Amino acid sequence: MADFMNNGLVRWFDRRLPILSWTNHHLIDYPAPRNLNYMWNFGSLAGIALVIQIVTGIVLAMHYTPHADMAFDSVERIMRDVDYGWLMRYAHANGASFFFIVVYLHVFRGLYYGSYKAPREVLWWIGLVILLTMMATAFMGYVLPWGQMSFWAATVITNLLSALPFVGEPLVEWVWGGFSVENPTLVRFYALHFLLPFVIVGLVGLHLWALHHTKSGNPLGIDATGPQDSIRFHPYYTIKDAFGAGMFLLVFAVFLFYAPNYLGHPDNYIPADPLKTPAHIVPEWYFLPFYAILRAIPSKLGGAVAMALSIGILFLLPWLDTSRVRSAAFRPVFRWFFWILVIDIIVLGFVGANPPEGAWIVIGQIATAWYFLHFLILLPLIGWFERPRPLPASIATAVLEGSGSASSGRGAR
Amino acid sequence: MSQTVNVRKPIPHSLPCVAMAGGIFMARPEGTPEQDLRDFLIMAEHAPDAQEVDRRDFLSVATISVTAVGAGFAAWPFIAQWNPAADVLALATIEVDLAPVAEGQQITVSWRGKPVFIRHRTADEIAAARDVDMDDLKDPQPDSERALRPEWLIMVGICTHLGCIPLGNQGEYHGWFCPCHGSHYDTSGRIRKGPAPENLGIPNYVFTDDTTVVIG
Ligand code: FES
Repeated sequence: MADFMNNGLVRWFDRRLPILSWTNHHLIDYPAPRNLNYMWNFGSLAGIALVIQIVTGIVLAMHYTPHADMAFDSVERIMRDVDYGWLMRYAHANGASFFFIVVYLHVFRGLYYGSYKAPREVLWWIGLVILLTMMATAFMGYVLPWGQMSFWAATVITNLLSALPFVGEPLVEWVWGGFSVENPTLVRFYALHFLLPFVIVGLVGLHLWALHHTKSGNPLGIDATGPQDSIRFHPYYTIKDAFGAGMFLLVFAVFLFYAPNYLGHPDNYIPADPLKTPAHIVPEWYFLPFYAILRAIPSKLGGAVAMALSIGILFLLPWLDTSRVRSAAFRPVFRWFFWILVIDIIVLGFVGANPPEGAWIVIGQIATAWYFLHFLILLPLIGWFERPRPLPASIATAVLEGSGSASSGRGAR
Repeated sequence: MSQTVNVRKPIPHSLPCVAMAGGIFMARPEGTPEQDLRDFLIMAEHAPDAQEVDRRDFLSVATISVTAVGAGFAAWPFIAQWNPAADVLALATIEVDLAPVAEGQQITVSWRGKPVFIRHRTADEIAAARDVDMDDLKDPQPDSERALRPEWLIMVGICTHLGCIPLGNQGEYHGWFCPCHGSHYDTSGRIRKGPAPENLGIPNYVFTDDTTVVIG
């Protein structure tokens, strides 16, 4: 029990609203596995990124005008005339990219260490819902500056709905509030872009609730057996998270101050023109692999369905992965295929960034096929045929023998 | 007078059986299948057929139903407000003077926020558009149905794939080419190659005289 809980006043208050003992329980005395490595930093970093987005976003909302005729100019005004407006906008635009970087690393951590396996399936699902909500939020936010890329991204993505049989056309016009992407579309995207981050905050609450109920996983993928396997969250992991936050902010600052437009696209500094499509339209980098999957299928509905399924199948991951061992550190075959999957997704990213011609089409189709093959065929089979290495008796034994942090899979040897 | 009304026959045991099968499937190999199985057995025990249906159940179902219908009605305005509003719907027609458009030229006009291509086709283009085997087309449609007057091809200039604007005089069929995901259209605006499913759309239009067309 943290010292401040001994104070009489604190206890008087806590008996009436147990928020302090709750905080103590979840952030201070919370028993965390003693062997968490740096891959366990990305959850808290995602939380920091979310806060940065909300704070800078609210500031931008105070200066932005959500109207098709004024949006572009109001953003330029923020950049040129508003004191520190450039900082707020660059922090928000780059913050979105960094949010995705840390969340993707967080997801890959989960894939490597089997964080989706029992009893954490619901925790995993909530994480996926957060990811989908983030994508919707990022997409709608990208539309708001009303540049060429904003407009055409909005057009192409909303048109995905028109692939649905029968309801497609009316559904798209309902989303647009017109017959093409127009002012009504911009205004409703603005309202939703303001709302969804707070929905994410709520989902994060559920995510943490599920986490603290099922307890944190760890690089060994075995359950804690007793107090010797855990350490207190504070100060051990608060300091580790704080160090990670410092490193994160350092890299963020490099982009923010030295390459603020590196991750963006110059065409978005051209005002939206509904009568002219840019020669080469690409989404933001964090959507590229999904965009490649969309284009890999030479059919409108097929492409849209494949893109939806690329995330949809992750919901079934707890059952597609048939292995009883969680951590890839003890799964020699799975580990290879994990890294092949990572390369496959990076390849998809490059395919998405390049025009759909020549070899890119074939590479995109092979990489898409591999993505689905990995999850739907290989993962169930590996679980059956692979012989995992023996698991250590407990976290404490592994740690005290000097191999507790199986961060690179070496721990098991 | 407490009399139970059996309004429904007990349902067969198939439902709990399916539930149990699902439970076994969901049971983790390394977890405790026994535990999962027990949960589902408990669920099966509490399945509707294990209890009698009484008036209280009827009241509950009726209350929930009425609430659901009410919620549905209340939700409708919140959904419908996203439809195109009356001012957006107000049918705009535009009149275009075709006199300045020379043979082989194309102009783009804006109608309801969408680009409309008006192309003054050359004899070669018309011949190419008419001399096509319907079996070669993804969305078969003879050119005569697409152009009221063969020399004037009037279409909505929006790619039927995902809505980009195709570029004129390009592509493998010398009609239009959409750079977004590579759809090729012929000189009649019909889809020939690429992911787009349909031909470019034809708006309603009438010629009021030889050089004036009204679109919409
Ligand atoms: S929008 Fe034209 S090919 Fe995709």
